[in-house]
Amino acid sequence: MAIVRSRSTRYRVWASHAGLIAFLGIALFPLMMVISISFRAGNFATGSLLPEQPTLEHWALALGFNYSLPDGTVVEPPFPVLLWLWNSIKVATISSVLILLLSTTSAYAFARLRFAGKTTLLKSMLIFQMFPPVLSLVAIYALFDQLGQYVDWLGINSHGALIVASLGGMALHIWTIKGYFDTLDRSLEEAAIIDGATTWQAFLYILLPLSVPILAVVFILAFITTITEYPMASVLLLDVDQLTLAVGAQQYLYEQNYLWGDFAAAAVLSGFPITLVFLYCQRWLVGGLTAGGVKG
Amino acid sequence: MSSYALRNFAAGKGTLNVKIGFKLAAGLALALAGFYLVVALYAQQQLAFALLALVVVSSAGYVYLSRRAYAHRYAYPAVAGMGVFVIFPLLYTVGIGFTNYSASNLLDLERVQAYHLSQTYQSDSGRFPFRLYDEGGRYRLLLDGPDGTLETAPFDFDGSDRLVLEPDTGVTSGEPLAMRDIIKLRKPLSGLRLQLPDGDELSLSGLREFAARLPVYSLQDDGSLIDNRNGERLTIDQDAGFYQRADGEHVPPGFVVGIGWDNYLKVVTDPSIRGPFLEIFVWTLVFAGGTVVFTLMLGLVLASLLQWELMRGKALYRTLLILPYAVPAFISILVFKGLFNQNFGEINLVLQGLFGLSPDWFSDPAMARTMILVVNTWLGYPYMMLLCMGLLQSIPQDLYEASAMDGAGPLDNLFKITLPLIIKPLTPLLIACFAFNFNNFVLITLLTGGSPDIIGASTPAGTTDLLVSYTYRIAFQDSGQNFGLAAAIATMIFLLVGGLSLLKMRLGKMEV
Repeated sequence: MAIVRSRSTRYRVWASHAGLIAFLGIALFPLMMVISISFRAGNFATGSLLPEQPTLEHWALALGFNYSLPDGTVVEPPFPVLLWLWNSIKVATISSVLILLLSTTSAYAFARLRFAGKTTLLKSMLIFQMFPPVLSLVAIYALFDQLGQYVDWLGINSHGALIVASLGGMALHIWTIKGYFDTLDRSLEEAAIIDGATTWQAFLYILLPLSVPILAVVFILAFITTITEYPMASVLLLDVDQLTLAVGAQQYLYEQNYLWGDFAAAAVLSGFPITLVFLYCQRWLVGGLTAGGVKG
Repeated sequence: MSSYALRNFAAGKGTLNVKIGFKLAAGLALALAGFYLVVALYAQQQLAFALLALVVVSSAGYVYLSRRAYAHRYAYPAVAGMGVFVIFPLLYTVGIGFTNYSASNLLDLERVQAYHLSQTYQSDSGRFPFRLYDEGGRYRLLLDGPDGTLETAPFDFDGSDRLVLEPDTGVTSGEPLAMRDIIKLRKPLSGLRLQLPDGDELSLSGLREFAARLPVYSLQDDGSLIDNRNGERLTIDQDAGFYQRADGEHVPPGFVVGIGWDNYLKVVTDPSIRGPFLEIFVWTLVFAGGTVVFTLMLGLVLASLLQWELMRGKALYRTLLILPYAVPAFISILVFKGLFNQNFGEINLVLQGLFGLSPDWFSDPAMARTMILVVNTWLGYPYMMLLCMGLLQSIPQDLYEASAMDGAGPLDNLFKITLPLIIKPLTPLLIACFAFNFNNFVLITLLTGGSPDIIGASTPAGTTDLLVSYTYRIAFQDSGQNFGLAAAIATMIFLLVGGLSLLKMRLGKMEV
């Protein structure tokens, strides 16, 4: 290629850099703005990107402390942001562990064992995964309403319901793990089985230790999916103290009670860790999202 | 590793029989608990749920007890989870679509009947003048009946509002409370229910008397009700799911009945539903299609720039460009909601300063739709960019070298080499992206909530609503709560999504 570089190429490179930087300026404007707003006094103040008089009022409220304004009034935190974050993390952690356990064993069956209806099951799971749960919310609500009459921790307004409901979304994870198992040589397990190990032991002691990287990826993917889940949580959870962050955050921006500055601090506080985790994992995420979609 | 496994295995063999016994006992206990649930649900008339529980319990029993189904044991929990939380709700929703299930028709016939039969009214016969005595902080009622005076035990208005009347024992002395004290106590008094020795119930009637309460309706053998006040017969209207009076007036609450295709017909024929439905359907297609086109164009251009070997700082650019994708959507959507705010949002501030414009982002339909497309392009381009980068890498570089030899420019390269080579693997992904945005509920709900509203719609419907958020609002918003209609529309979307996913699979040539 180097042989045929034309004279205009240098200008094109500069133009590209300029274009990218301009585009980034626009695309990242909202994110920079919200950080700036979280340090501005009051909920309606306007100003430049760098606040002239930075204040920690919104950050104190987001972290759950009372804040005394200069005129002596004490502001209480409007919403329990940290509790919401904790709820989200709790629900996401438990459900990701369950998802990981169940989808790993399933993926093992689909990758290594032979049984009736395997192909049909795999394909139909992927088709059904495309139906958004938001459409069957009435049924999901009725299901947990019924379950709650027999099992307390599975009723409406319980985190148990949300955790169990998230188990419906395992098909993609099964595909991801199965794809990884397919790349591993099965002769190791066969050798173990010839030496007298059961199928379960071959799975537990041979295959699993080899698959730790993909298991970590699936865990993080499941974690992010659950933490950002909105529709089911909005129907299954009712009390302010039970809400997850995804459902609770919108309460800052009601027309009657518009808390823009407080929201900004809460958003940066809770969004930052999730963003970092996501940035770290995104290269696997894309692989997972396209799994089963393209082969050549 | 395998020797470790073997040692473990040998150690386990000694306790094998105990283990099997334990497993069997645990399995039996679980199966019993499961079948108890099935019977309980069946007894409660919850046929669909009873059936679901039966299928889950019995298939679990088979898979975990039969040796032949050993391989299925590994896959069972995930498949069952999918069945219970995805496929069952889907079928149940389709079923609801054929009923009139809604806020006004919530219960089944038996529960509605029981509700009607529990209604009482105050009869004119049997009036009992009363006197109220204050006995050192507690109260006692004396009633003058036709067969002599009756009295209650001392009570305080603490919520136990059912008192048994017994013949007067004459222990009460002193003056009864004056009328002004009774007026003060009127509210708790009216909550009292007194029971006569023969079982009839009395409640406060006016300020001087208690009167008998009688059931409003009595049940006939054919299920119809007789109104005891005037002898009118209330018949069951199986088509509408209501008890109706002789003049056709419906008596709430209604019950759930199957109404066949009525919900679907309503979508097609009722102008106050068809109009908004069609408008929302078209907008949903425009939104999903537009999002795919815009994000693809932006993503492809950015990916091409980042793949260009002369560019420096690719890693930094890449990380910064991915940021919109990395921030959780529910946060960035709300950030945009604030930034686009018409009165003190930063975007209008900038537009005002630069061009003197301040568009009504939330009250003008066209502007609201523009805003949604802008926000969704922002949210979606990084994903497209990542996809395109992956696909661009698979194109052999010598193709571009050959085209450069022939004097082709960048545009020729794009349209003659790049696009034709990536469009085939990209198509199924674009379909998936279309399907995702077709159902992008979170964006609409958090950003506009569907507003501004469509004028003349009989259900909650907004100009920026997608079909999913429209369905959600019909089902869950206070003015709607028409689950049947929502389920019918949801079923239509199911069919559409099902078609799309089949198409995607066919184009993707999925290998299992």
